[in-house]
Amino acid sequence: MSIDAPVKVTPPARKITTKPRVSDQIFRAIVTTFSFSALLILSLIALFLLSKGFTTLKEQGFGFITNFEWSVFVDENGVEKATFGLQAMLLGTLVISIIALVIAVPLSVLTALFLTFYAPDRVKRILVTIIDLMAAFPSILYGLWGFFVLMPMAEYWAKLIHKWLGWIYIFDVPDPIYTRSPFIAGLVLSVMIIPIITSVSREVFSQTPLDRIQAAYALGATKWGMIRAVVLPFGAGGVVGGSMLGLGRAFGETVAVFSVLNIVFRTNFQILFTQGGNVASMIIQKWGEAGPSEVSALMAAGLVLFILTLLVNFLANYVVTKTVKSGR
Amino acid sequence: MTTSTVQKMRPWAATPKDRFITGLSVFISAALSVLIVAATPMKGKLAYFGLFFLAWFIVDSIFVARRGGAKGVRDGLAAKVTLLGGIIVCMVVFSILWATISRGLKGLNLEFFTSNMRNASLFDPIGKGGILHAILGTLMLITIAVVISVPMGILTALYLTEIKGKAAPLIQFLVQAMSGVPSVVAGLFIYAAIILNTPLRSSAFLGGLALTILMVPTVTRTAQEVLNLVPRDLREAGLAMGATQWKTVALVVVPAARSGLITATILGVARIAGETAPLLFTVGVFDSYNFNPFKGDQGTIPTVVWRGLLGGTPESIQRAWSAILVLLIVVLIMFVAARTLGSRSSKN
Repeated sequence: MSIDAPVKVTPPARKITTKPRVSDQIFRAIVTTFSFSALLILSLIALFLLSKGFTTLKEQGFGFITNFEWSVFVDENGVEKATFGLQAMLLGTLVISIIALVIAVPLSVLTALFLTFYAPDRVKRILVTIIDLMAAFPSILYGLWGFFVLMPMAEYWAKLIHKWLGWIYIFDVPDPIYTRSPFIAGLVLSVMIIPIITSVSREVFSQTPLDRIQAAYALGATKWGMIRAVVLPFGAGGVVGGSMLGLGRAFGETVAVFSVLNIVFRTNFQILFTQGGNVASMIIQKWGEAGPSEVSALMAAGLVLFILTLLVNFLANYVVTKTVKSGR
Repeated sequence: MTTSTVQKMRPWAATPKDRFITGLSVFISAALSVLIVAATPMKGKLAYFGLFFLAWFIVDSIFVARRGGAKGVRDGLAAKVTLLGGIIVCMVVFSILWATISRGLKGLNLEFFTSNMRNASLFDPIGKGGILHAILGTLMLITIAVVISVPMGILTALYLTEIKGKAAPLIQFLVQAMSGVPSVVAGLFIYAAIILNTPLRSSAFLGGLALTILMVPTVTRTAQEVLNLVPRDLREAGLAMGATQWKTVALVVVPAARSGLITATILGVARIAGETAPLLFTVGVFDSYNFNPFKGDQGTIPTVVWRGLLGGTPESIQRAWSAILVLLIVVLIMFVAARTLGSRSSKN
């Protein structure tokens, strides 16, 4: 009886390949698919707002941007005649956003400089927490605060400004009513965008190349001399980008502005007077009593707002990225 | 044997004399500001504040000018002006917190947390009716938004940090753009896409969808930052042990970044908890409990505040302040939780 020698089984050589395993392929496919959700959502927003606002855009044509009348008439035959124009609202949005920037940018840059170069460690930690907290406040809280706490104070400031600078057109008022003005809306917005501008500026300032800072000190510069010669030129792009991010937020702000602004369809550059406009708040204001044709117009307004903020954001991110890269 | 130790020296630190001069100039300017306020028609806390800084700029500059010349004066002024910027920002935040707490506390009582508004109106005296329905509604909305946007956000972040495919720069760009979508547009979009096209009507689910649009970018960007902090060595160790990429990510990278990913979620929730505008289009308002997320309007804290503000009577405004205080406390708790988790994960 012979015993068969056990057959040595050598496994076949593993095929060496750069192709990922099946599990990896599935993993990659799922993650890649989900990563396109941002693209999907953004394009769906544009698509649906366009499709619902299309009738208005077609009827009003370019006048949707350049007209300043917003009215729906039904004459005795029941024929509806509607005029929708965003000009007053677009200009109003621009006015209050610019006021917000004029106030917020200097304050934010000063705060960012203080945080990066002057504040002791403990103060810095507390202040950074406070600014982050500011970014987390709900916008309706800003609206409530702006209406009940800031407005009485700001009314007094507005009177002072009118008294001393009233001879300049923009600080003049046709009637002495100072509440719910673009000025106050701009103040509230400036408070809301300070955290954004501050954190972007701080990030850019803190990436100032150390060798340049030390070179300035070695040449005998004081701290302010160093900041002026090195930090500000380096960080200027970042400040611009941060301000534009803030501008994007200011364009789209809704409830806070609605609470403190008297929305009127009339182009008004007298910023202390109780009359202004803002596309986002106008949408909320008109929504309640809107008929079908007006809903379509509001969708088109939403589309304009969406495109506007998207453009500003694209530009802002481009500027910030370019600045941060230039230091490396 | 004697060892000589190097004395710690801080030649740049303030000497007692410097401190004395600083104290003196602060004191003089405070006295000056009080005098000016008393002598002129200017009034109010802000006048004290402004005049104090103005006086301080001048007085301290005079002290500095003797020693540091014009250059020193400019340097000192820059330090003070940046400090002023920081203080103004702090003052605004404290003003907001103080207003909310002092005004909101007056309307808080047990009834406020335990009942709904079915048998009470916004204009009834304080003590009647509560916002439990709104608290539950907001919780439901947040849950829906978290369930949808956290996987979406984290998977997008994984694509950007782990796979780094060809589309990564594009996706990065789009996520940044998405974080700028105005909240009112998110609400309009859900209305245009779903309410106008399908039989679904305003409900908590649609509100959750609208909030998702606002939450995904926050979650993605924070998660991406956290995942980038996971050391490369860990990933390489995982791959060198023969694990597939899927296993490395699931068993090494994600667990290592766990607390940071929770922070990302919390920050996202804090971002959307107080959003009002999209809810007006998608959720509606309701005065009682509604436990069906897919059908029927829902009460939420932001809309309670909104209606209270628009109501305009002292009672409704009081309700608005109390409701926003509740919301603020929730946001604060989440904020603190995110901070502590975040600092723990960055230490590890």
